[in-house]
Amino acid sequence: MDDLYRDYILDHYKRPRNFGELDPHDLEAHEYNPLCGDELGVHIRVKDDRIEDLRFQGHGCAISQASASIASDELKGMELERVGKLDADWMLELLGIPVSATRRKCALLNLKVVRSAVTGDHAWPA
Amino acid sequence: MAMTQAAAVAGGLDVKADFPIFERRFDGRELVYLDSAASAQKPDAVIEAVAEHLRRHNANVHRGVYALAQEADAAYDGARRRVAAFTGAEPDTTIFTKNVTEAINLVAYAWGRANVGSGDAVLITQMEHHANIVPWQVLCRERGASLRYLEVDDRGEISLQALDRELARGDVRLVAFTHVSNVLGTINPVAEMTARVRAAGAVSLIDGAQAVPHMAVDVAAIGADFYAWTGHKALGPTGIGVLHGGREILERMEPFLTGGDMIASVDFQSATWNELPAKFEAGTPMVAEAVGLGVAVGYLSDLGMERVRTHERELTAYMLERLSRVPGLRVVGPPEADRRGGLASFTIEGMHPHDIAELADRGGVCIRAGHHCAQPLMRCLGVGATARASVGVYNSRADIDALVGALMAGREIFELGR
Repeated sequence: MDDLYRDYILDHYKRPRNFGELDPHDLEAHEYNPLCGDELGVHIRVKDDRIEDLRFQGHGCAISQASASIASDELKGMELERVGKLDADWMLELLGIPVSATRRKCALLNLKVVRSAVTGDHAWPA
Repeated sequence: MAMTQAAAVAGGLDVKADFPIFERRFDGRELVYLDSAASAQKPDAVIEAVAEHLRRHNANVHRGVYALAQEADAAYDGARRRVAAFTGAEPDTTIFTKNVTEAINLVAYAWGRANVGSGDAVLITQMEHHANIVPWQVLCRERGASLRYLEVDDRGEISLQALDRELARGDVRLVAFTHVSNVLGTINPVAEMTARVRAAGAVSLIDGAQAVPHMAVDVAAIGADFYAWTGHKALGPTGIGVLHGGREILERMEPFLTGGDMIASVDFQSATWNELPAKFEAGTPMVAEAVGLGVAVGYLSDLGMERVRTHERELTAYMLERLSRVPGLRVVGPPEADRRGGLASFTIEGMHPHDIAELADRGGVCIRAGHHCAQPLMRCLGVGATARASVGVYNSRADIDALVGALMAGREIFELGR
């Protein structure tokens, strides 16, 4: 078995969860990965200061698509305040594969776009 | 494998042993380097020349009267003569820059700010590298000029008729285009293009980054007002680029960067400019890098640029043929190797280019993935990114075989079938 392209990564890549449009939505953002030009957008519906539902839009590599798909289920129901404090380690642990320095941004693009929608902060997760 | 190696030697160059980097092993595997369009590997002769210059001949140039400084002067000026001769240019009109990006910015600032105004147009093509787009965007925005694009057709080529139509509008001041596309591989008809641009009274600039290292280029015969290329793609060091310009146009231009070495004299309030090429080389130049580039072009000349082109064209034809048999793989750009430089950009259905490059690396194969600094072109092609394999003098058919093997293995990991 490949270290990076494990079964569950490829499964999320080929059948990403929570992808598409979400209308109506309360928050949205759109971010780029400058390395490859990949784009990812997000729609978020908010209820009681929590993410009630969300959908990602965009295409990307297996790492970025699987990261967004895996994160999406975790983010549903999460308090907005906590979302704003999520860091790179949260995402990388969730992903569970060794990500090289050059692919780090692939893995973190979804968290960047979600944090951007929730807090307006466009910085890459540290 | 043994047969393909033999065929490669019989059909072309066999110079891999001149390049020490190929002694390296990655997890026990040999290095299969198919990313020369990004940066070429260096022959021992270049590495030694740079080291020898720093070890025995280093001093600042154009200042010292002592013997060592004169050796440094001779090395730098000699490198310029060799580089100019390599491309059929004059040493005085061969300006050393940091890279192609700086060369194009030099023209955009020093020529563009003085000659492009409100209502004028700059014409480029959809297949340009960001280095030949963004400087013109900034110039046009600043001067109230318009930036227009020549379209790339389905074959990955641009049409001379479209160029004629654009020039007939009468507002085009400058046409900037690549000699060989870093994504499509397309070899543009540069001499025909510059003749049309000149006839229309406009100025031409050619980005030769992907041409000069791979085919015989005679800038005098091409007839562009400006022709830029870079050292590190031509087996030379990083940090050294070249701008060839027409003598008259360079003499009429104001300097780009100002400071030491580019002046004739400096008063408290003003200064006068040095002669060509020093007028455009402010500050201490990249002496050791120029020396290295001089040796690099000497190495290529000794191989013979016709042989280099033949070798790389045959490898490219082989690569196109092998890639065409990989399921789901689509190559962009002209289908014939005769019409393209030594590279192939491609996509594979069901695999993102980043994953393609990552999986190629599992087989020790270095290829590039991404937008190749050509995002507008990616939009025209309807893709976000491509994978790109590109060849150099040291490559052989065995390298292409390794690439195809790695792609097929990658398809298995992605469960796409063989």
